[in-house]
Amino acid sequence: MAKITPLREAVASLVQDGDTVALEGFTHLIPHAAGHEIIRQGRHDLTLVRMTPDLIYDQMIGMGCAAKLIFSWGGNPGVGSLHRFRDAVEQGWPHPLAIEEHSHAGMANAYVAGASNLPFALLRGYTGSDLPKVNPNIRFVECPFTGERLAAIPSVRPDVTVIHAQKADRRGNVLLWGILGVQKEAVLAAKRSIVTVEEVVDDLEAPPNACVLPAWALSAVCPVPGGAYPSYAQGYSERDNRFYKAWDPIARSRDDFRAWMQRHVLDTDDFVGFRRVLAESMKEAA
Amino acid sequence: MSTATMDFTATEIMTVAASRLLKDGTVCFVGIGLPSTAANLARLTHAPEVVLIYESGPIGAKPTVLPLSIGDGDLALTADTVVGTPEIFRYWLQGGRIDVGFLGAAQVDRFANINTTVIGPYDTPKVRLPGAGGAPEIASQAKEVFIVLKQNPKAFVAKLPFVTSAGHLDGGDARARAGIPGAGPTAVITDLGILTPDPVSKELTLTGIHPGVTVEQVKAATGWDLKISPDLKTTEIPDAGTLTALRDLQARTAAAHGQSGGEG
Repeated sequence: MAKITPLREAVASLVQDGDTVALEGFTHLIPHAAGHEIIRQGRHDLTLVRMTPDLIYDQMIGMGCAAKLIFSWGGNPGVGSLHRFRDAVEQGWPHPLAIEEHSHAGMANAYVAGASNLPFALLRGYTGSDLPKVNPNIRFVECPFTGERLAAIPSVRPDVTVIHAQKADRRGNVLLWGILGVQKEAVLAAKRSIVTVEEVVDDLEAPPNACVLPAWALSAVCPVPGGAYPSYAQGYSERDNRFYKAWDPIARSRDDFRAWMQRHVLDTDDFVGFRRVLAESMKEAA
Repeated sequence: MSTATMDFTATEIMTVAASRLLKDGTVCFVGIGLPSTAANLARLTHAPEVVLIYESGPIGAKPTVLPLSIGDGDLALTADTVVGTPEIFRYWLQGGRIDVGFLGAAQVDRFANINTTVIGPYDTPKVRLPGAGGAPEIASQAKEVFIVLKQNPKAFVAKLPFVTSAGHLDGGDARARAGIPGAGPTAVITDLGILTPDPVSKELTLTGIHPGVTVEQVKAATGWDLKISPDLKTTEIPDAGTLTALRDLQARTAAAHGQSGGEG
């Protein structure tokens, strides 16, 4: 049953060193605030899972939180490379990062299989691709009925999944809408889950087929207004495309990156503090 | 390219040529960046009933500006419906409902195989690229595939360091023998011309050339000995209405995002 709790306490009690952690979000509703809190609390040796690792994973990898990354597309959408991710893969900085690489279809199916309590996902996939040559977790099985060859990959079963959503009610039921990505599957595939929300309301006013995650299926719900920034929450905020562009030069240099993370994340208490310091530094840069 | 008498850029004619290939009513799975620009231009000009599906979940998206990312809010707000990403790949793509997969690429080879993973060895890459995204299954399961990218020797290579998504593999009937359902790449549209696979060998052949471009230029921009069709056609010059629609779309996009449609 979800507890409505501050984010700091949720991360402290639910995310452990060495855990497999998925912070999901498909451009929309990316849980940046929760990623920052994991960095502040110095979590390390994590296996990070995400279909589309972007800035928050760049920050977590650059700060040494991750030992391994399971993913299908890693980049700064609309801008270019993730420089901290690339530095970890190409140069082993700050330490080597193991990668397990899939396609989106593979990852999406692996979350569905995890949520369905199945050991592996089955799909028509990866045919003719070199990915199975470099990822031993992509294998092929025969259909027992037709003999057809199909791709099989292990289910994704995170220790913890973290997502951001628009609303929770006071019991901790969560409503999200817009581009949903794999968030529902990622939560239901995980042993524990943290959902940061824009606001807590008396009544979700959710229509019958809305994407609602019931309180009893969640571990913690944490009010963090704007907690997806620089990603967005439909109905609440716009994506800050300027920040995605501003991130590129910051992340190119190890020293600039470390200094930026120190000032904006390690030296701030929470996401409100981060947003305040960021506003100051963006003003200085303007 | 001589531009003295022309009032369009190489990127514009590439985008227009790519958009013309999309027929009205086509169900198109769209990659972000150049494919999304071309597909939306088609929707705003000759193909108002084209159905645009993005891997983030929107089906029937009709964005007013080009999305900067694959999950822009405008895609969701203008779509006929928005479903979860697993459903996109399981029901709509694997289900066999996509006519055209419209992809970009970092590199292609002579059989239109695609690399978006690494330059150099996989374990010690020279350049780590973003990776596969949705492309491997789009490339295999869409009924056909269009690829749009700028042509230069670094992008058009004789041998890919990594095949992320299958084109025609080793050529001939290799694709069918591998059990891949879709027809694969039927056109590669570049800033210099249009390459299509030979019906038998499946080797990419220059079948269209943009006005003002020479065959020598295209050969010099290709990392293998490019075959030229004996029936080489010059791309029709974009009409003023189409160019205006493209420029208006990009101006609206720039005003909304502070830059043009993204690559992510």
